[in-house]
Amino acid sequence: MFRKLVISTIAALSLSTGAGLAAGAAGHIVNYEFSFQGPFGRYDQDQLQRGLQVFTEVCSACHGLQYVAYRNLADENGLGYTPEQARAYAEQFEVYDPSIDDWRTATPNDHFPQSSLENAPDLSLMAKARAGFHGPYGLGLNQLFNGIGGPEYIASLLTHYTGEEVEQYGTYFYENESYPGGLIAMAPPLWDGAVEFADGSPNDIESMAKDVAAFLTWAAEPRMMERKQLGFTAIIMLGILAVMLYLTNKKLWAPIKSRAKAGAAK
Amino acid sequence: MSGIPHDHYEPKSNAEKWLHSRLPIVGLLYDTLMIPTPKNLNWMWIWGIVLVFCLVMQIVTGIILVMHYTPHVDLAFASVEHIMRNVNGGWAIRYIHQNGASLFFIAVYLHIFRGLYYGSYKAPREVTWIVGMLIYLLMMGTAFMGYVLPWGQMSFWGATVITGLFGAIPFVGEAIQTWLLGGPAVDNATLNRFLSLHYLLPFVILGLVIVHVWAFHTTGNNNPTGVDVRRASKKEAEADTLPFWPYFVIKDLFALAVVLVAFFAIVGFMPNYLGHPDNYIEANPMVTPAHIVPEWYFLPFYAILRAFDGEVWVVIAADFLTGGIVDAKFFGVLAMFGAIIVMALVPWLDTSSVRSGRYRPMFKPWFWVFVINFFVLMWAGAMPAEGIYPYIALIGSAYWFAYFLVILPLLGVLEKPTTPPSTIEEDFNAHYGNASVGTGPASAKIPAE
Repeated sequence: MFRKLVISTIAALSLSTGAGLAAGAAGHIVNYEFSFQGPFGRYDQDQLQRGLQVFTEVCSACHGLQYVAYRNLADENGLGYTPEQARAYAEQFEVYDPSIDDWRTATPNDHFPQSSLENAPDLSLMAKARAGFHGPYGLGLNQLFNGIGGPEYIASLLTHYTGEEVEQYGTYFYENESYPGGLIAMAPPLWDGAVEFADGSPNDIESMAKDVAAFLTWAAEPRMMERKQLGFTAIIMLGILAVMLYLTNKKLWAPIKSRAKAGAAK
Repeated sequence: MSGIPHDHYEPKSNAEKWLHSRLPIVGLLYDTLMIPTPKNLNWMWIWGIVLVFCLVMQIVTGIILVMHYTPHVDLAFASVEHIMRNVNGGWAIRYIHQNGASLFFIAVYLHIFRGLYYGSYKAPREVTWIVGMLIYLLMMGTAFMGYVLPWGQMSFWGATVITGLFGAIPFVGEAIQTWLLGGPAVDNATLNRFLSLHYLLPFVILGLVIVHVWAFHTTGNNNPTGVDVRRASKKEAEADTLPFWPYFVIKDLFALAVVLVAFFAIVGFMPNYLGHPDNYIEANPMVTPAHIVPEWYFLPFYAILRAFDGEVWVVIAADFLTGGIVDAKFFGVLAMFGAIIVMALVPWLDTSSVRSGRYRPMFKPWFWVFVINFFVLMWAGAMPAEGIYPYIALIGSAYWFAYFLVILPLLGVLEKPTTPPSTIEEDFNAHYGNASVGTGPASAKIPAE
């Protein structure tokens, strides 16, 4: 209850006051809920797999994912692929291998390719490189519960096209309420039913946007769940150590302090 | 080492005597660890240990990181991602190192404010203070260069802006800037020398930390009353002090454990909280970020740097009087470094004969305004230099200088301090005795457990 209250308060403040601070005219970011938010949050394996499918069938046409290797799909605490599935995924693609000066079938050790379109940014770190919201006064205090807002930014961007097109100097831009400045070069990439999920999960624009945003968060921070585990382990162990040191300190100083009391009473 | 009378190390076994007559290292360690320490130290005296821990933690994690890092403009960013993704535990080491810098600065600011409040800089501890200020300057240099190494957008543009400050020096500025960067702009040569110096400076800091400790072990610690430890006899000294081991070691370690709980909560749950998202975009000299901000620990001084623009009358006056040599940009640089220099000179600017702020009724409000002003400057430094923010920064900067150059010198003359207790023992007894007064005289006889 308290947590919910804090989250909504912070979110409300961050959405109303924070957005404009960093990038000048920042866009409108929806505070979508993700399974991996907060100290106990975990990646939703099925959502990451759906997100990979959206990335593969839509985003990868232009965008790269150069810091992620195909083998990472089989990493723990991620998509949950078996090594065979990761290999099978890799083998759909061809990579250029300078050592044989030719193209060959990709292996799990190869990385996803770089962006094929020059002005399409690589998406490996996009979920960490975009702060969707900044918290009250730009202090970012909502990060503990909501993260930095990267996935929210990505999902908002994909769902906030207005449908307007603007031509500037011979180039078409698309109006987008979430994009800083309002005009983005990327045409609306998703439409309802753009991707058909094997398990029949909803494939409206918003669902797909959230799935791919979750996948890109994993791509940017594949060790998030280990990291939170480290946080809990360290806090518990150090907490126990602190209690033991507190008791030791108290006992150690007790005779000194009682002597001081006696000294003051004189 | 200390001038406070206490028991020194006596070698007992033949082996100890053999070593002691050749190298008295055990005695040195013993005397350092058993140093008589004022027994009334409060919880603001724990930051020294936290700082030592930070230095060691940063050196250890840094040594591991550099094993996997590649200092090249085309590879640095990717090698950091390699650490985050492929090196076993690399993400943890890197996040600890990255947030460790922030813990380091939180601790050093609290340590400095402690010294400013309790007059720890006053005679005879001026050398301790000056060495501490040198350590602080080196820390800032080290942190700045470390921030450049991941070669993100903020790394690159932060380096460009900060090294550009040297270019503001009249006549020789550009030559100095080129010399520092190893070329006309921030590039591969800059990255390489920054790694080299980022690795070197912590060891210089380590050496200075030893000098810092040596200096205050010679004078003895300050304490919340500012009253000196009695040194006429060992008995008197023992009434005012306790040996550092075990009393303060255990106390400090407890405090350190509590601090580390908070630290690992940040590392575990919001490790990018104190960083800037733009630094997850690889450096690109062609694209300037909309808003270049330094890390939070530089913000107060960044605010001072930007506060003195060409419309401030002192800047206009300086420009006119020096015939244009001190222009607005150079004035800002002078103000930024001057802010630290006046702080370093505080032992000679503070004229009060009473050491501790606890007994200085007029000093206290000015001091707390100084602390609040520090945070206001930090906030102003994070804001764009437009609208009302430059004015806030200017007022804050003016107060910073006024505090050291006007308020502290005048307070010593105008203020009528209250009387500190005559001894540390008296302060300590009064503190723990008061508790028993409240609960009645009978409870004073029962030993507290």
